[in-house]
Parts: sequence; C-alpha cells; structure tokens
Amino acid sequence: MRIGIDVGSTTIKYVVLNENNNIIHKSYERHLSQITEKTLGVLKTVRELTGETKALLSISGSAGMGISEACGIPLVQEVFASRIALKHLLPDTDVAIELGGEDAKILFVTGGMEFRMNGSCAGGTGAFIDQMATLLNISPTEMNEAAKTAERRYTIASRCGVFAKTDIQPLLNQGARTSDVSSSIFYAVVNQTIAGLAQGRPIKGNVVYLGGPLTFFSELRRAFDDTLKLKGVCPENSLYYVAIGAALGADTEIDLDKAIDTLSSLKAVGNYNSIDPLFSSKEEYEEFVQRHSENTIERINPDTYEGEAYYGVDSGSTTIKMVVITPDGKILRDKYSSNKGNPVPQVKEFLEHFYWKYPKIKIVGATSTGYGEELIKNAFSLDSGIVETTAHLTAARKFMPDVEFVIDIGGQDIKCFKIGKKGEVDSIFLNEACSSGCGSFLQTFAEALGKPIAEFARLGLFADKPVDLGSRCTVFMNSSVKQAQKDGASIENISAGLSISVVKNALYKVIRASSPDELGKKIVVQGGTFLNDAVLRAFEQEMGVEVVRPAIAGLMGAYGAALYASRHSTGSSSILNAQQLASFFHQVKDARCGLCSNNCRLTVNIFDNGRKFISGNRCDRPITHRKADDSLNIYDYKLKLLKEYTPVPGERGKIGIPMGLNMFELLPFWHTLFTKLGFEVVTSPLSNRKMYLLGQATIPSDTVCFPAKLMHGHIQTLINDGVQTIFYPCLSYNFDEKKGDNHYNCPVVAYYPEVIQANMPDVEKVDFIKDYLGIHRPKDFPKKFQQVMSKYFDIIPLDEVKVAAAAAYAEYNSYLARVRARGEEIIEEARSKGMHIIVLSGRPYHIDPEINHGIDRIISGCGAAIISEDVVSNRVEKFPVKVLNQWTYHSRLYSAAKYVLTQPDMNLVQLVSFGCGIDAITTDEVRSILEGGGKIYTQIKIDEITNLGAVKIRLRSLFAAIEE
Amino acid sequence: MAELKYTKDGRLLFTKEMRKEYKILVPNMLPVHFKLFEKVLQKAGYDIEVLTNSSHRVVEEGLKYVHNDTCYPALLVIGQMIDALNSGQYDVNKTALMITQTGGGCRASNYIHLLRKALKSAGYEKVPVISVNMSGLESNPGFSITPSLIMQFVSGIVYGDMLMLLNNQVKAYELNKGESEALVNSWVERLLEQFSHGKGMLGEDFRNNLKLIADEFDAIPVKRVPKVKVGVVGEIYVKYSPLANNRLEEFLASQDCEVMVPGLMGFALFKMDNRLDDIVLYGGSSIKYKFVSFLKGFCTKMETAMLDALKEHPNFTVPSPYAHLRSLVGGVIGYGSKMGEGWLLTAEMLELCESGYENIVCTQPFGCLPNHINGKGMIGKIRKVFPHSNITPIDYDPSATKVNQENRIKLMLAVARENLNERMTRESAEKTGKTTSVTTESAAESI
Repeated sequence: MRIGIDVGSTTIKYVVLNENNNIIHKSYERHLSQITEKTLGVLKTVRELTGETKALLSISGSAGMGISEACGIPLVQEVFASRIALKHLLPDTDVAIELGGEDAKILFVTGGMEFRMNGSCAGGTGAFIDQMATLLNISPTEMNEAAKTAERRYTIASRCGVFAKTDIQPLLNQGARTSDVSSSIFYAVVNQTIAGLAQGRPIKGNVVYLGGPLTFFSELRRAFDDTLKLKGVCPENSLYYVAIGAALGADTEIDLDKAIDTLSSLKAVGNYNSIDPLFSSKEEYEEFVQRHSENTIERINPDTYEGEAYYGVDSGSTTIKMVVITPDGKILRDKYSSNKGNPVPQVKEFLEHFYWKYPKIKIVGATSTGYGEELIKNAFSLDSGIVETTAHLTAARKFMPDVEFVIDIGGQDIKCFKIGKKGEVDSIFLNEACSSGCGSFLQTFAEALGKPIAEFARLGLFADKPVDLGSRCTVFMNSSVKQAQKDGASIENISAGLSISVVKNALYKVIRASSPDELGKKIVVQGGTFLNDAVLRAFEQEMGVEVVRPAIAGLMGAYGAALYASRHSTGSSSILNAQQLASFFHQVKDARCGLCSNNCRLTVNIFDNGRKFISGNRCDRPITHRKADDSLNIYDYKLKLLKEYTPVPGERGKIGIPMGLNMFELLPFWHTLFTKLGFEVVTSPLSNRKMYLLGQATIPSDTVCFPAKLMHGHIQTLINDGVQTIFYPCLSYNFDEKKGDNHYNCPVVAYYPEVIQANMPDVEKVDFIKDYLGIHRPKDFPKKFQQVMSKYFDIIPLDEVKVAAAAAYAEYNSYLARVRARGEEIIEEARSKGMHIIVLSGRPYHIDPEINHGIDRIISGCGAAIISEDVVSNRVEKFPVKVLNQWTYHSRLYSAAKYVLTQPDMNLVQLVSFGCGIDAITTDEVRSILEGGGKIYTQIKIDEITNLGAVKIRLRSLFAAIEE
Repeated sequence: MAELKYTKDGRLLFTKEMRKEYKILVPNMLPVHFKLFEKVLQKAGYDIEVLTNSSHRVVEEGLKYVHNDTCYPALLVIGQMIDALNSGQYDVNKTALMITQTGGGCRASNYIHLLRKALKSAGYEKVPVISVNMSGLESNPGFSITPSLIMQFVSGIVYGDMLMLLNNQVKAYELNKGESEALVNSWVERLLEQFSHGKGMLGEDFRNNLKLIADEFDAIPVKRVPKVKVGVVGEIYVKYSPLANNRLEEFLASQDCEVMVPGLMGFALFKMDNRLDDIVLYGGSSIKYKFVSFLKGFCTKMETAMLDALKEHPNFTVPSPYAHLRSLVGGVIGYGSKMGEGWLLTAEMLELCESGYENIVCTQPFGCLPNHINGKGMIGKIRKVFPHSNITPIDYDPSATKVNQENRIKLMLAVARENLNERMTRESAEKTGKTTSVTTESAAESI
C-alpha cells in the first residue's frame, strides 16, 4: 500500500494506492490552516479505512514541508511529485500547467525537462481567484458561471494579485458588468502564468491542466485554451496529481500508528520572532478605550428633527459610506456597508428610505467623494464632488482644528497626507501597487481562519507574544503566517502580529517615516481599519504618540463631504427627490471611444431621462466631442517630432529600430547616422497592448520594469514585418550633460539588448546588432562604429562614417534644442494665460502613451501646461545632491527639481515605472529637493496597468493645494 | 577629541586625528575573508571592527531607515551599522563607518549616500563614513589605500577563497563532522598570527601557506560518495552573506549537497577588466590601461599560486582561472555588460556547469537590476549551451520567506537527484556492460 498526502496552502489531499497503483481512497478538503490536526485526521482515517499498520508514505505540498520536518515522514517536492504522477498516468504529456492555492507551476516535460514555479511576487492563483470573487460578492463557482456570458474583456494587471485588485475596483465602481469582470479575471490569471512562468519557452503539444482552480473553473481552462491556441486536457483525478506523485515516490515504509503518535504529541514550541504585546494589562486597555471614547460627534434623533440637512457620500473601493448632518454638523443618519460591487443601488435604497421615513427633513446640499464620486454624483444629480483628500481633511479639522497629519487606512487603500503651513494638503502618500497591506488584508486572514474581521482583530489585544511579521504585501504575508503557524504561534499572536504589520506597512512602505517628528504631533487617524483597537494601539506604539481616532473613523470621508455640502450650499440641492427616485433607472453599456488612437474602452452608464455618465476614458473627448487640446503639452510635441524621422530608401540596406527605452531620445541620432550612410531606417510603431502581448511570453524576468518588457513586443513586430537587420546597441554610457558625477544609463537601459538576444527565439532569424557602443566619446565613436558595422556589412569608409557621425551628433543636439525651444514657448504661452505649468518628469520613454497611460492628457484636462524635465534641466548649474549622481537621465530630474524651486507657477510631477530600482533613489532625492524649497512633491507610479483613479486623486489634490 | 571637518559640499571627513581616536565599523559579508581584511587594516593602524550583529533588529533598522524599494543588501548593510550604533557598545562620538563603493552603474554605488541619509534620520550625523573604492570617488585625509594595502588585501582574498573552497569540498564528505570547519578556524588563527607579524602575505610565505592549507585539508579523512553538487552564484552580497541568503549554505548542507561558491578573486579581476574593456570598446587613456593591466597581472599571479597549490591534489576540483571564465561567455553575453556582477555572473554559471556543478542557485536581491540581464536573463541561453543545467533563481528581500525559498530550492534538488541517479545508473551499466537501465532509488522510476 502506498499513501501520498499533499498539504497545500489552502487544501489537504490524500490518495491511497493498492499494489497495482490504483487509487482505493482519496479525499480533498480545505484545511483552514489547521495543518497538524488535519494531517493527523488523514492518517487516522487511512488507518481505519485500510486496517493496515504499515505503508509506503510520503508527504508533499508547500505546507507539508513543516510536517515532514517535524515528524520525519519523507517529503517529495510538490512539482516533482506532479512529474512522477504524470510520468505514470499521462506519459505523453508535453507540458503541464498546475495552479494551486498560492502557487503556479509549469512543467515542461519533453524537449528538455524544466520545471518552473512562480517567484515570490506573483499572486494569480487560487487564493487570488477567491479574493476576486469576494470582491465581486459572489462565490468562485458563480464567477465561473458569470464568465460564460461575458461580452468584453478588460485589461487587468497580471503581475500581482494585489495589484489586479486595484484594477478591478474602479471597474466595479464605474459599473462594469460582473460577467465581463469575471472573464477578465480568468484571462489575467492566464497572462500571469504565461508571462511569469513560460519565459520564452513556447507551451505546445499535449497540455495538461492540474490543480484546484483548473479543475473547478471551466472558463479558466477555456481562457488558457484560447490564449495558447490549443485544447488542453484536464484529466481524471486532476486534483490529486501531487498526492499520487507523493504516493508513487514514497520509498520508506512508515509505521502508521507511530506516525499518528508522533503527530499527536507534536507541540509547537512557540519559537518565533516576537514583539512587545499591545497591552500589558486590562487596566492599560481600559485607559486606552476611555481616552479614545472622547472623540465623538453628537447624534440627533432624526425622528424628532425638522429642517435642513446635508448629505455626504463616500463611495469607496469596497465600501460605501453615507451620512446626513444638521447645519451644525450633528449626525442624523449614517450608513457604512459593503458596496457589493455596485454602489448605485445602495445609494438609491438609502435615499428612498430616508425620504420615506423622515419627510420633515429637507436635504439642501449633497456632495460625493471617493472612487465612485463621479458615478454617484451623476447618477443622483448631487451638487458637487470633491477629491477624497479634501473630504478627509475637512472632517479631520472638525476633531482637531490644527491637525498636522491625517492617515486613513481603508479596505484597499492607505491614504495619508501632511497639512502644510498654509493649511493646504501637502505630501500625499497613497499605497502603491506592491505595498497594499490594508484592511482587506486583515479581512482575508480573518476569513481564512473562519472569523469575522472585528472578532479576529480583537483576539490580538491581549496576545502575549505577537508574531513579528514585518511589513510586506498580502501575497508574501500568507507564507509568513504559514511559517508562524508552523513555529507554533497562536491565533491571538498572529492576529496581533497582523495588526502591527498593517501599521508597519503604512509607516515604512507607504509613508516611509522614520520618526514621529516627521509626521507632526497632531495626528488624526481614520478609515474603517482603525476601528480595530489592535491596529490603533499598534500605530500609537510604533509612533510613540497619542493620536485622535474619531468615533466615526469609518465615516470621515462621507462626513467631510457632508460638511463641504453644508459650507457650499446655495439653500437648495439638485439631488434627485423621492419622485425622481421612483423612476430612477440605471443601465451599463460598453463602447469604444474611437475618437483618437488611444481607442479607450468606455463604460457608458445610462440613467433615466437620457442622462448619461461615461467612464473609462482618459480625456473629455467622448463627452464633449471636442478634440483634446494638446497645444501646451510637450509630451505630445515630442511624439510628433519623432514621427518626422521617416524612412529614406538607401543603397546600403535597411535597418530596423525598436521604439522603446532610450530609443525615444536617440532616434534622431541613429536615424541621421544611418540615413546619411545610405541605410533606410524603419522603426517599430508606437506601442500598444497587442504589441506587448506579442512579446510577453519571451520575458525572462517578471519583475523588470514595464518599458523594458514592452521592448519584446517591438522587436517581435519588426521581425514580423520582415525587417532583416535590427539595430539595438548596448550603451553603458549616455551623453555627458555635465550635470552629474558620471553619465551612465541604468543597467536595464544599458544592457536590455542582451536580454532580447538571449530570450527571443526569432531574433536568430535576423541580424541583430546589439554591440556595445560609446556615444559619449564623439572622437572615438566613428572608428568603433565602423568596426562594429563591418561585422554585418561591407566596410564603410571611415571618412564617410565621420561625416555621418558629425551630422548625427548635430541632429541630436538640434532635437534637444527644438524640444527646449518648444518648451519655452509653452511656458510663455501658459504664463500669458495664467495657467499652471507641470514639469512632468521621468525618462524619455515615458512619452510612450502605452507607458504613461495618458496621464499627460489628464493633466492638460486639469487645465495645466506640460513641459518635461529636459526642457529646464539645462537651466541650472551643476549642484551637489545627497546621492551619487551618476545617471544622465536621473541627473536631469535633480536639476529640474532645483529649477522648479525658482518658479512660482511650476510644479513637478514625477512618473516612476514600477520596478525601477534606480527611482528608489531618485524619488527620495527629488522629494527632498522640492520639499526643501517649499514645493509639493507628487509621484505617480505607473506599470503595465495603472489605476487612473488613484492618479486623479493625486493630481486633483495637487491642484487643490496649488489653488489655495 | 578630533575636530569635525567637512568638505565644501558638506561631507563629514575622516581626519588624521580621527584615525588615532576612532573605532571604524565595517559591515560583514564573508566571514573568513573579512577577518583577514580586519587584521590587515589593524596592522595598518586603523582601529577596525567587522560587525557580527545579525539579529532581526538589523532588518528592522534597515526597513526603518532605507527606502524599502532599495536593494536588500543596502538595507542589511545599513541596518547592521545602525543597529551597532544603537547597541551602546560603541562611543558614537568616536566611531566611524566604512563601506565599499564600486563606482559602477548599479545602485550599489549609492549605498554610501543612503547610509548618510539613514545616519541623519537616526541622529548619527556626526559619524563619519569612509568610502573604500578604486574609482577615486571620495577621499579622506585619515584614510588612504596604499599599494601595500592593496597587495595585502589581495592575499587576504586568496586565502579566504582557498579556505572557503576547500572547506566546501571536504565538509560534505568528512568522516568526523566539524573537522573541516575546525581546520578553517585554525588556519584563520594561524594567518592572523602571521599577519600581525607582517608575514604570510606575499612571496614564499604565501605559497608555502597555500600548499600547507591544501595538504592539511586533503589529510582530513573523508568518504567520497556521489552527492548532488550545487553551485551558488548571484549578487555578491546576497551570494556570500548568510544574513542575506537565510543561511543558504547551511541549508544546502542539510540537504546533503556539496556546495561550490565561486571566490571573490574573480569579482576583483572582473572589476579591473571592466576598465580595460571600456577602453577597448569605447576608447580611452593608455596610461590608465597600463596601470590597470599591471594590477590585473599581479592578481592573476596570486590566483595562479592558489590554483597551482590545488592542482597537486587530485581529490579537489580546481576552479577555472579567471581567463577561462572570461572565454566562456564569448558569444553568450558581451564583455561590456559590467554593472553589478555583469557578465561574470553568467560566466560563473557556465563554469559551474562545465565543472560538474550544473545545479545552481542564482541568488539576487528582489528587483536587482543587473541580474535581470546577467542572471535571470541568461538562464535560457545557458541551457542551450548546457542542456543539463538546472538553475533556480531565488529572490531575497525582507519579505521573502524561508519556506518559499526552500521549496523552490528543493524542487531544483529533486531534479538534481534524479539526474544524479540516472547518471549513476548509466555509469554502473556501462561498467558492467549492461545496456538496459536497472533499478533506481525511487520506486516511481520503476513503474
């Protein structure tokens, strides 16, 4: 008899095989993190069912490792176990794809055996699908059903689960259909698996699907089939392959009774890193509760109140909050609930009930805020909408008029900001893609352990040895918790540890504070997550200050909106009345804008009486049908300028240049050089999503920045277009602009051609010129260039090269000069019109609309003029910075920041590509230069997908602060 | 008490007076090597101490004071120093810190600046930081790298590499557990003793020592049975520092593997070569070329001395000389790829495959920029050259958990064991003249 037990991240599976290796018993169930108990249960069941005392037994799975170590049952690594089972059951398999609770694996069995598991930063797995279903407020099975009727597909980030969540939320808030979102989620999982694991190896032949998600969700299989263009098989027992492999791979006979004894007596020793408890005594806790109970807002019984009132609604990412207040700010009614994926019905219900129940109260002002601000405002015809930061600040001042810092931890977001000297919102911090340990994070764990979040958080209050979980994102935290459980941490100590880590995330990942002095002493905390005493206590402990938590911490956005409504009321409100509500109608439709090359997907919300609200667009064009005004946008100008470098047929041949990374700035140089030498220069077209997907399967490192990943698509496009010679040289050094201590390119820009050459199979079909060149040494360049070219073409006379090179250097300079001249014109024109000027800074390749997601247009939509960092970077002398200033592009950032300090009507916004290691250094320095001169620093992180909702919050807050 | 002096850019200098009064703290990377470096510097008149603090407070402090997206080594190195300053063991008014700076295009050249920022936030602004570099980046009146120091460092590198290499090759097979480790410690003591008398660093002493080391390690009783051989490569700090790589070597040993970690000398030679390659690729000064060539010649000679000592012992796998590593990457990646570990990382993986260590853990800090290119970016291509290569890239950062990392390493090891079993079966079949495969260890294989 053979037994295999597979203890995965969420489930436990076992099989018992007879002498002929046929399955005689099997089972599959969730283990709810009770790993030891459940394993023990399995052993006892098997012992009982078979009556055998000895068996060849081994254990497998990510959570099986700990058990194996603890009680000496041999381990078969899980991927290897699958392979053993495949060899036995499906020997014709070429590739197997296995998705588990938290792992994704691909096994290339034939043509060079190779097994891959997702790296530590990857979440598109079973747990991810569960999370997404929770977000949609349906069960995973319902999600699969819903996906069957999908009509359109949204792009959802496929890198990290947490990140995908932030893509889905705005879609839901904008009213996207559940079926479409469900289907899109499955496709995101597919893209995640392919991009993260295939790494250039084609998936073809006999493909087998294994593991829970692929077994249970037909639509997920269909998405794989569709994307891979093949028909994969999900075999019988697809849930048990790891367990079967473990059974087949077992080579040690185990005495079952002994194993049961060992496991029963297994006492975890509590050997883990722990931190100080939250409270040392009940008294301490009571004093704490007493202190915080003082910050309340008076409530008035609405049954007895007559007169005017104001309505505020905060349509958040997962929740909706509403309040009605009296003119003196007292609360009449409030509601805090999950938005169940669609906030509109919730608002309707609330208002209907309110009108019916309290006919004597008249709403004379109504304001919305939050992610769903626009939707709600349009749907119910509210008077105004305000940016979240303003709403929260307004509310916070009610409790602490001289507040210096506001921190809000909600379900999905952390939002915090400092209040500047003039009382303006300053230094906004929002959690970015990879640091989102917020409320939903506690909730996920509470649910995994089968407890409501409030109860779960409370468990930690008196924990004696909270687990030190550090600060990290949810995906990582799962495995940390698993490790802590393995080390014997109690649920109380894990709960306390999680609350503390939420706080640490906010402080060290989002705000990156190192001392309370940085934030100020006057702190107001809010957001639903702070309603948990454990989180609040952890925050005070970590920062060493006492803070104010309003009793309505979860309602502050809505309360602030209501206060705003009361202050800006004209005496009556346009909000839909009871009669209008009765005929309220809301329908969601999809459309493509098609008015410009962005071709945005639009979500059209249709209301009664032909009222409409369109979302999903980057600009106002589909609403106003006026062409966006790009006249004062240098990003647009640069793109147009690059289009002027068109192919000129030449006798020496044709050269293809991929339009990515540094080519955005060096095209004028290379184009002139080659054209002068008699080569026709063709470029790959402007990036788009399809092009990215074309190259996605050949990306070897899933954590490299998106601009680099896009390069694969550009190269593939050139090859598909029949270009025979592609020129994409390695450049350690960039031009020396004499603003820094050196003039490097970053390692990725410098050497990405090496990655392309090593990982894109089709490159072998063409001449790929990736040689190292030194454009920073104009004197040596012609000779070196001549040598390189002689490897691919007949030798070009040096004189000719020298002439062409001189022209190339001149053209590069003239390109820069034209950009700067246009920049100057924009500045002058903006000044003549009294417009604000935004120095939208980043790298040359950030002008690619696929990379910047049209953020430049959003800024022009706010009525500001846009110039780039290179327009002004030459206007300041070289100056010392507090970092090693050794990269050409990055030196421009420091110079631009320095220049902005001298210009009252200029502000700097820095675009940062996710995964850009160098920007970890530049952002802090740019911030410190700007803040040192009293300017606001605004950073926008962008990736494959960007949550434009968050971007708008930042930009609107910036403009709100500038206005003040 | 030494006066605080600043450059005109506002950088706090390490003055000559400080050299007399101050203790200098250095973060640890390679336990054996750094002990020898410590002695070399003490001998030169500096009150040096290599830090050994490694509790989780190191990570905590790092997270607190360093931008969390910065690479893990920066976080650890800075965390280790701040933790030391916080410990109360040192008079912070008489303590300086020392850190290396390569001056390359990688983020690592910025550690010193991040350290200063961190010191400022932590309230240690008056602690001077000394940069150790060969690029003329920052100078201090109280510290200078003399040619003599360089030569002594180089011999420290060779000894360190030699002891690490032999320990790894013997430890996995020794009959009496701990004997090899004890010999390492005894040699460190003996070398420190010699160093403190100004001996053992060069010439005849040096060669004799190397010979003696090899002899003594070879004399340790061993039982050589076939074991999975694993190479460890990667970003230099994570690859070497047990603090950064969650005690990777210990873990591999616990999985019954023989480990090979390429030495530090390759990296030193690589960094010198970069300067030469720059001149070849882009043009440049011939005086500089000559100077660097001379230094490279010296290091190569030292390297040869070590390899010669090893060649006398057929029981040991002798690593390839640097020149061979360089030749291996021809056609795989360009010599211009020099940031971070650059092409050397690719070369080390190729060399390991070539010398029977085709199972490789490629370690890097999460988001390491050069390793996108030279590590993860080249694994596919290495596979084309060595189809049996079995490489697993592992990311390290404060968030990565040991469980996750070990699970991936175990997968690599499972494949390695299967390959090893197959090879043994094949070899024994060849020996006995049988053509069909017989039994393997795993029951599954016989089904």
